[in-house]
Amino acid sequence: MKKLLLATALLALGTGLAAAQTVRLGTEGAYPPYNFINDQGEVDGFERKLGDELCKRAALTCEWTTNEWDSIIPNLQSGNYDVIIAGMSITDERDEVINFSENYIPPAASAYLALTPDVDVKTAVVSAQVSTIQAGYVAESGATLLEFATPDETVAAVRNGEADAVFADKDYLAPIAAESNGELVLLAEEVQLGGGVGLGLRESDTELKAKFDAAIQAMKADGTLNALIKEYFGEAAVTF
Amino acid sequence: MFASCADPSTLDGLNWLACYLTTGKHLDFYWSFATVLLLLVITAPLALGMGFLGAIASRSPVLPLRWLGRAYTAMVRGVPDIVFFLFFVIALDQGLEWLLHQVVCPDWDQPIRQGTEFRVCPQAKIPSGNADAFWYQVDGFVRAVITFALVFGAFAANVIYGAMQAVPRAQLETAEAYGMSNRQVFRRVLVPQMWVYALPGLSNLWVILIKATPLLFLLGVQDIVYWARELGGSKTSAYEYPHPDWRLWYFLALLVFYLLATWASERALGRLTARLSRGQATAAGEAMRKAGI
Repeated sequence: MKKLLLATALLALGTGLAAAQTVRLGTEGAYPPYNFINDQGEVDGFERKLGDELCKRAALTCEWTTNEWDSIIPNLQSGNYDVIIAGMSITDERDEVINFSENYIPPAASAYLALTPDVDVKTAVVSAQVSTIQAGYVAESGATLLEFATPDETVAAVRNGEADAVFADKDYLAPIAAESNGELVLLAEEVQLGGGVGLGLRESDTELKAKFDAAIQAMKADGTLNALIKEYFGEAAVTF
Repeated sequence: MFASCADPSTLDGLNWLACYLTTGKHLDFYWSFATVLLLLVITAPLALGMGFLGAIASRSPVLPLRWLGRAYTAMVRGVPDIVFFLFFVIALDQGLEWLLHQVVCPDWDQPIRQGTEFRVCPQAKIPSGNADAFWYQVDGFVRAVITFALVFGAFAANVIYGAMQAVPRAQLETAEAYGMSNRQVFRRVLVPQMWVYALPGLSNLWVILIKATPLLFLLGVQDIVYWARELGGSKTSAYEYPHPDWRLWYFLALLVFYLLATWASERALGRLTARLSRGQATAAGEAMRKAGI
């Protein structure tokens, strides 16, 4: 009898734990305004707000963690966290190894940032962050690709003359150009890449994907997602 | 931190700097120095212990034990630190989770390896999926300590092995002539005398260990190099304290920290050497005897 009671208690405890399983959200923390570590040392930005809201709507307990961009997919697969929420564009190559949720940012423009507006991006030295769609695009464009581990280093390379231009999401580069006192300018040429930004999940986590998909659809339907996009990327941002 | 820092955009000059240097993020940066020092304090004795065991095993009259000791030093010494760090940590992590999985989830029917995914049951995760961020930091730290102890233990084993061989045979023979057993000779004569020969090698290792601490970042521990890079990068007004690229200053601070740490170590080790040489059958010990120190 005692054993039976103990077993039931353990079972109850076990299922209780399983129900309250924390979902760990992994982000890069170096890509404002998408995601960054704020001055209090916490994850902040568009994706912080979005992620918290999605977890609330899906009734999940979520916890934030940061990981280097370069190893963000392998560490998802080895189970260090359950969701990638790091401004990751949906591409076919990535879709082969992980699952993407519905996109929460529509396909947006990538842009070049340079010291002068007359850089020829087909022949110049162009910096981009490693393992991004932008890096892939530059490699095929004929320009010389210079890769860096963090977004900040790609911009620093232009400032100190190592690269002629940096290629990244326009939403990341626009505030940098605006606050550089005219030192850096966005080039007129813009490129549409990828299928928008989505959450990255393990292929085996179909249940979790369904929950997040439903939450994203709900946010699209009631207009809160568009409002959030405008809050962080400006009134001119592409919305759903 | 201070009440006057509530609105950074209104501050300027020194006030701004004072507030900037006391943000939550900077406090994390300062704590990471303590993390690095703690790592050194824990790892050094562990590595020394590993080295001691490795050296004893390498000298053992039992053949398999000798093989084990030699294989350990040869393997770890022969692989670049950074490769070892990248490989071993993943192997350790997955190995432990796999073992735990076998124990706590015997009737789990799904495969653990699904393509490139590594999936154990939720109860077997280390640390458990419900643990808060602090435990993930502790987990990373412990893995760092184990890896550092293993790597530096192998180097220490070789140093200590050499030092044990360097103790003059006459000293051991004298002890044997007094009727001491092998164990007594080892404990009373060999080990006390070996340190003075091992110290130059060990002090090198200690300094290399200090300088190897930036590898912590590879293990997911947010160490001083991580924070210096993160804080130094240029900041737009998405942050409360926007500033241009200040990585130079942050890395300069790290440079000073490492120089101070190694300089203090040099001094401490110098004293230790002098102390250990006293009364030893070495040239340094002989010189001290003649000088009457």
